[in-house]
Amino acid sequence: MEFGYYPGCALHGSSNDYQASVGACMKALGVGLRELDDWICCGASAAHSINHKLSQALPARNLALAERDGLGELLAPCPMCSMELIKAAQAMRDDAALGREMSEIVELPVSGRTSVLNLIQVFQKVGLDAIRVAIKPDSAERVGGYKAACYYGCLLTRPPKLLQFDDPEQPGSMEEILGAIGVTTVDWNFKTECCGAGMTMANEETVLDLGHKILANAAAHGANCVVVACPMCHVNLDMKQAAVEARHGVRLDMPIYYLSDLVGLALGIEPRALGIDRHFAGKR
Amino acid sequence: MQQFPSPIDSLAHTRVTECYQCGKCTAGCPVAERMDRPPNQLMRLVQLGLQERAMESEAIWLCVACQTCSARCPKSVDCAGVMDALRELSASAKTSADQSARKSVPAPAQRRTVIFQKAFLQNIRRNGRINELELVGEFKIRGFLGDLSVPLLMKDALLAPRLAQHGKLHLVGERVRDRGVVGRIFQRCMEG
Repeated sequence: MEFGYYPGCALHGSSNDYQASVGACMKALGVGLRELDDWICCGASAAHSINHKLSQALPARNLALAERDGLGELLAPCPMCSMELIKAAQAMRDDAALGREMSEIVELPVSGRTSVLNLIQVFQKVGLDAIRVAIKPDSAERVGGYKAACYYGCLLTRPPKLLQFDDPEQPGSMEEILGAIGVTTVDWNFKTECCGAGMTMANEETVLDLGHKILANAAAHGANCVVVACPMCHVNLDMKQAAVEARHGVRLDMPIYYLSDLVGLALGIEPRALGIDRHFAGKR
Repeated sequence: MQQFPSPIDSLAHTRVTECYQCGKCTAGCPVAERMDRPPNQLMRLVQLGLQERAMESEAIWLCVACQTCSARCPKSVDCAGVMDALRELSASAKTSADQSARKSVPAPAQRRTVIFQKAFLQNIRRNGRINELELVGEFKIRGFLGDLSVPLLMKDALLAPRLAQHGKLHLVGERVRDRGVVGRIFQRCMEG
């Protein structure tokens, strides 16, 4: 099994722990990842706030590269990237004239036919049975003690009409994958509440307050870790957790794992190879 | 081709006139409590053709673009898309003659967010990808000089050694090979 791979800026920057985790997991599962050659930034929330056309053209350039290189399915582990890529692809499929305009702007033919997948969807394509077979006999010792609050945030399921992925109010796809590797999951209230995403820099107070609500709710429901599949969720809940604790006068000490961290541990991969040693929170 | 009644509608590809003020957008909004005007009031202003007033509110810059409002709207109004359209119009108005017509000085949240997003786009334009260190530096310096209560160094200086210790600090950012095409894409979209 092979997928095209669009890491996005975060995974090549301070979320290199996510990159390590996804890469190690896929290797252990026998999934090949072909990185998109000379990919560019998707534009993220800055482009769609400032210039609508640019917010289509930046993803369109990447979709054009994927089409040129014959990559029919593209894994984008950052939900901001995957949502922007899917949005541009859908707009071009709906409107052939836009596809022609984008082909001129990005200097390569593009139609939007690439199927863009998030990390959960790639695990689903590998298959829960294949994952059950691949995990190590001692995986219960490695991951059996976790009680995970699966946190989806915004862009894995929203906008629902565009993404057509899981239930936007009560998603359960991460719970299914964690269930297959023997991790207990908890029911809680903030699965799809926003963490503030890209506002970390411009509006830190908002991010700290939203993060506090999310982490406190996970703890109140008996979770001993929070599992994410988004680099921005990880920054806001992990790297900013000390600031959340300081602002709200609480002690959380909650480890934040990427979904691929726990799957990787069950597959017998060492924490260091998954980048878990680069996390900030939950080490006291 | 559908006819949209307002520039906001056509930019956001939605019909704000459909809104019947149930308030579900505001009820689910994670930042409504911080807003000078909650989302349902902004939708009402746009319905009434008073988008100038909606554009002046600080709320559009506090919006975290989480899409909860759009996902839950029973009338399928893309409320988050309207917020984008209001930001885009407001940000472009600020650089034109419209600015002198504006009554109020933009709120700090707006100026911080616009400075950040413009620095973000400049960064992509130069490198093709985001160079985090360069982006943080540019945002901090511009924000600090603009007196937007952006702390210039202390907090970040305190975080830098921890980032380095955790193997997350990259002093040299990535650049794409074909930066020429990136520049031309920007030119065609923003100046074309």
